[in-house]
Amino acid sequence: MDGTLRPALDVQRVRQDFPILSTKVHGKPLVFLDSGASAQKPRVVLDAMLRMMETSYANVHRGAYHLSEASTAAYEAAREAVARFLNAGDAREVIFTANSTAAINLVAHSYGRGVMRPGQAVVVSEMEHHANFVPWQMLSQAHGIELRICNVLDSGELDMADLEAKITDGKVGLVAVTHMSNVLGTVTPAARIAALAHAHGAKVLFDGSQAVVHRRVDVRALEADFYVFTGHKLYGPTGIGVLWGRMSLLDEMPPFMGGGDMISEVTREGFKPAPVPAKFEAGTPAIVEAVGLHAAIDYVTSIGMEAIEAHERSLVDHAMAKLSAIEDLTVIGRAQDRGGVFSFALGNAHAHDLSTLLDRVGIAVRAGRHCAEPLHVRIGHDSTCRASFGMYTTHEEVDFLAEALNSARRFFT
Amino acid sequence: MFDDLRDLYQEVILDHGRKPRNFRRLDGPDLSARGDNPMCGDRMELFLDMEGDRIADVAFQGKGCAISMASASLMTETVKGKTPDEARGMAARFREMAITGTCPDCGGALEDEMDRLQALSGVHEFPSRVKCATLAWHTLNTALSGGKEASSE
Repeated sequence: MDGTLRPALDVQRVRQDFPILSTKVHGKPLVFLDSGASAQKPRVVLDAMLRMMETSYANVHRGAYHLSEASTAAYEAAREAVARFLNAGDAREVIFTANSTAAINLVAHSYGRGVMRPGQAVVVSEMEHHANFVPWQMLSQAHGIELRICNVLDSGELDMADLEAKITDGKVGLVAVTHMSNVLGTVTPAARIAALAHAHGAKVLFDGSQAVVHRRVDVRALEADFYVFTGHKLYGPTGIGVLWGRMSLLDEMPPFMGGGDMISEVTREGFKPAPVPAKFEAGTPAIVEAVGLHAAIDYVTSIGMEAIEAHERSLVDHAMAKLSAIEDLTVIGRAQDRGGVFSFALGNAHAHDLSTLLDRVGIAVRAGRHCAEPLHVRIGHDSTCRASFGMYTTHEEVDFLAEALNSARRFFT
Repeated sequence: MFDDLRDLYQEVILDHGRKPRNFRRLDGPDLSARGDNPMCGDRMELFLDMEGDRIADVAFQGKGCAISMASASLMTETVKGKTPDEARGMAARFREMAITGTCPDCGGALEDEMDRLQALSGVHEFPSRVKCATLAWHTLNTALSGGKEASSE
């Protein structure tokens, strides 16, 4: 205990910061339980983006005129904010991308094809989102890299013994796993995974798309080599994501996309790439979105990551108790360490029928395979419904979900 | 809590969804096709046996939501004994009904059959669910024209 008392999260006050939460759906108050797909935006994010376009917008890294300098300063300030958010040692290690998918594809192309050698292997897990699965399948097909898939235990936890078994032959160049499953809610033991990877000469990439929203992430404490996340799940805008990488790796990696901004010199004969991070940011970047992400990070930080985590822990315990009490309902994934993502199946009711019913009373949940088809094969469900929480989710909303699911069960039996 | 959804989930749909009719494989069918709704994971396989110019037997197997299973089940019941042209005509009318909720051409010779299918017209209020209802009919059209793979639009 450091003696400082952090204020608990006042969820009703937080909700007032999100304009959309006062909308009605089919005449009912919106109960938004799909934040895992994309989170809603607080007014400060909308305001920051609008203000930027109204007062200081121009292209970045261009002319020496006032507006371009102001725009560049705002864009680079966003990079600094991301670096502080991840506790990165150097803001130049923060590469802006379009989203997590683009960040992982960047690594799969640049590190996978440029640094890894045919005959090496990449390890992913069974619970990856397609964004951290398909790019490695593509690398495997194009570059002779073997793709190994680490098992997930019935509890929804990563099978660490299997990971170790798949990494010991020294062929693995990269372990690319999620830091928190978008289906099971499982938070993976990232520091242990990184230590294991490093012990066998492999680098490690974490897909933090879900994790950064729910936990404080410190890339140096985790000893990560690459860490990716996306702005729109972190209460920020779409179109902006982040690749953080160790400077020594980013330096070694060839450019991914070519174009403006990523070069230091171009002649008829060839080009010389710019230093990191510009090397990986070809073309006009998502300037306004970067400013929006900066505002989102400031907002999350002002609420307090610890306060958000405590609120969500309480919600998770509450939801687990409530959902487990519903007859015929199966919660998929029972990991000890889990965040606010609950996939479930209800008797014989199909996920799509269920989500149509829930929508009718204002509850937004996702139905389907949640971009994780291999995982759905593993858990033996064609599709599931998923309720995922944000910092604005209330205990009463969880109660209402449980009540609606009980009603839905009666409807379909 | 969900009373206003009874238009979509009428008792006949819930019943066919729970206990789909003609839910089996045919041995060495004359025609067969697979139907797939990639977005939501509905999958079915349709089998047809022909006798002269008539659909002598029709059966299906698959997995999906109540709407897609009920639609396939009702379809098998209504197209048995029909000619391919009649079945195609029903498919076109059903599609119209699923999208708009009405079917101006549903009178006439096939009025009774289309009446039975009317139970599914409630989907027109749920644009994301229309393709659940039409998948079986797409698959039927594909099978009748000798194709093997159908995908709902």
